[in-house]
Amino acid sequence: MKHTLAVLVENKSGVLARVAGLFARRGYNIDSLAVGVTENPEISRMTIVVRGDDRVLEQVSKQLNKLIDVIKVSDLPSEESVERELALFKVAADASTRPAIMQLVDVFRANIIDVSKRSLIIEITGDEEKINAMESLLRDFGILEMCRTGRIAMSRGLKSVVYEDEG
Amino acid sequence: MSGNRITGAKAIIESLRKEGVDIIFGYPGGAILPTYDALFDSDIRHILVRHEQSAAHAADGYARATGKVGVCMATSGPGATNLITGIANAYMDSVPLVVFTGQVPRPLIGNDAFQEVDIKGITMPITKHSYLVQDASEIPKIIKEAFYIASTGRPGPVLIDLPKDVTTEEIEFEYPAEVNLRGYRPKLMGNEQQIKRAALAIAKAERPVIYVGGGAIISNAAEEVRALAEKIMAPVATTLMGIGVFPEDHPLALHMLGMHGTKYANYAVQESDLLIAIGVRFDDRVTGKVDSFAPEAKIIHIDIDPAEIGKNVRVDIPIVGDCKHVLQSLLKYVDRCRSERWIERIKQWKREFPLQYEYSDAVIKPQYVVERIHKACKDAIIVTEVGQNQMWAAQFFTYTEPRTFISPGGLGPMGYGFPAAIGAKLGRPDKTVFDIAGDGSFQMNSHELATAVKSNVPVIVAILNNGYLGMVRQWQELFFCRRYSETCIEGSVDFVKLAEAYGALGLRAERPSEVDDVIEEALRANRPTVIDFVCDPEENVFPMVPAGASINEMLEG
Repeated sequence: MKHTLAVLVENKSGVLARVAGLFARRGYNIDSLAVGVTENPEISRMTIVVRGDDRVLEQVSKQLNKLIDVIKVSDLPSEESVERELALFKVAADASTRPAIMQLVDVFRANIIDVSKRSLIIEITGDEEKINAMESLLRDFGILEMCRTGRIAMSRGLKSVVYEDEG
Repeated sequence: MSGNRITGAKAIIESLRKEGVDIIFGYPGGAILPTYDALFDSDIRHILVRHEQSAAHAADGYARATGKVGVCMATSGPGATNLITGIANAYMDSVPLVVFTGQVPRPLIGNDAFQEVDIKGITMPITKHSYLVQDASEIPKIIKEAFYIASTGRPGPVLIDLPKDVTTEEIEFEYPAEVNLRGYRPKLMGNEQQIKRAALAIAKAERPVIYVGGGAIISNAAEEVRALAEKIMAPVATTLMGIGVFPEDHPLALHMLGMHGTKYANYAVQESDLLIAIGVRFDDRVTGKVDSFAPEAKIIHIDIDPAEIGKNVRVDIPIVGDCKHVLQSLLKYVDRCRSERWIERIKQWKREFPLQYEYSDAVIKPQYVVERIHKACKDAIIVTEVGQNQMWAAQFFTYTEPRTFISPGGLGPMGYGFPAAIGAKLGRPDKTVFDIAGDGSFQMNSHELATAVKSNVPVIVAILNNGYLGMVRQWQELFFCRRYSETCIEGSVDFVKLAEAYGALGLRAERPSEVDDVIEEALRANRPTVIDFVCDPEENVFPMVPAGASINEMLEG
């Protein structure tokens, strides 16, 4: 079972190492981890996808919460959240295959961001399934290189993962 | 502008004074020199150990004996890495420490400079929090935070890495009045609803057991634990870390539970219908096989660290909060539970299965030594090393007060006891302090005799000398067909001469009839003393739950 955690942390050096180290030494499996700054420049937001049952999830959240630099940990159930990741695919393409690939790109509402005689780079955002589907279709043409950002996620509606100063 | 400009190093010492620190355990070296230079002018006492590991252990012993934050200091690189065992040990046992390490100057960091090591990175898994000071102006704030983090919530070690050039820079010194950490707000009060649920469960219980650990000592909840036990009439088992929180001469005392716990404690836990776990973490040495631990019991778990709840065992009623506060609230709602028959049953078990050993006239039994130390000095602080000595010290001394049994529970480093005893004695000079040691453990840090003598710290090391790494040998005997691979250390050193070489008093007892005399002589001497008790080489610690078995499946001698 995969869970998506939104983790607000102090935007300081070494915090990522602390969080990643916690996962490593306690034997929790991180599927992906994406980090970026939030609307408050002092605070970063990590989106961590972790695999495990509810007990594992509970321990992960509690252990994360113990870190002094961790401000807030929220579980984002997929049915109540929007989830996105960004992927870049470099695909083998020549004059004969290019139109077919471009058609696919259209259907997936992806973008072509680089063209050369023998390759294309495609940018796509979407949930994991969409990117997986794109990947499997592109595989037939020959994927030369691929990179994915890992998931980021946000609660739907007004519910937010933000830090509110109690003081 | 106050115009109060001082160096970073002076700011460190000034901050420590603001925190009320009166003693530091440490060892100087290049990168920490400016700090030592500032220390030279201060009235803070510095104890020069002979190995940095001992600085951390001594600060730890000081912290456990006093309840204050222990402070230790070392230089960069090897000085810092030598602290690691002590830091890890303090982390496992939730001991408040603030650890200062020197670091190479900022421009050299990351260049593999002489005596450079990424100590913050290395110690990340074994500290509660850590800092690399990037700017001298941060020093007062960081030290304020470090002491706060180390000593509140679930205590633990906090490391501050000090680049040398940071300590020579001048800053405007102002010590912050308060700490504000948005990611750290320990919860002291338990949830009232949960406390009421716990009270209801207690009211329904017929076979309750209170299982109490180090967390109750840390929160100074001894009085509340006792009040709860007496009010609801429940027997009390303690973990190794919890020894002393409940008087062992009390009729409701079950003594220690777990791997080397008493039979009656383990039986009681296994047959209980309600387990009230207070400041414990369900360590594997306590639970044995988790699946069959207290199978019929509803479990109430009170702990300040939410991550401990549900970590190892399922919990029915979790209460997050400081033990003392939670128990004070709980006491308002509880009454005596229907435990009359249960108490009778336990009395029966206690009569049937007392802790015992076979006394001998001819050869000294280690258990006898511990009993005689108790007889001679009932209110001593007992510090232990690790292994058989530790278990006998836990089993055969009768502890009646918290902070009188100091033992490395989680990490179990041999060599802890002696430096920790030095720290404990410096923290509690009014108390007699024994280090109950094995001949193996003592040799891991016996060079600290120099520290004890030079700093005039009159601790008594009682070596239960059996010529073996006793606990390892015991495991080899029981589980490895008596193949004593590398555990015989007989004749490794003459401990009396070793003591004398350092200027300490060395004593030896070879027969049971000599035991009392040497203890008396050591007590009278009031100076660092080593007593070599030449003991039965193949005595074992019993009862014993083999690793992986249920705790009621105990081996007997």
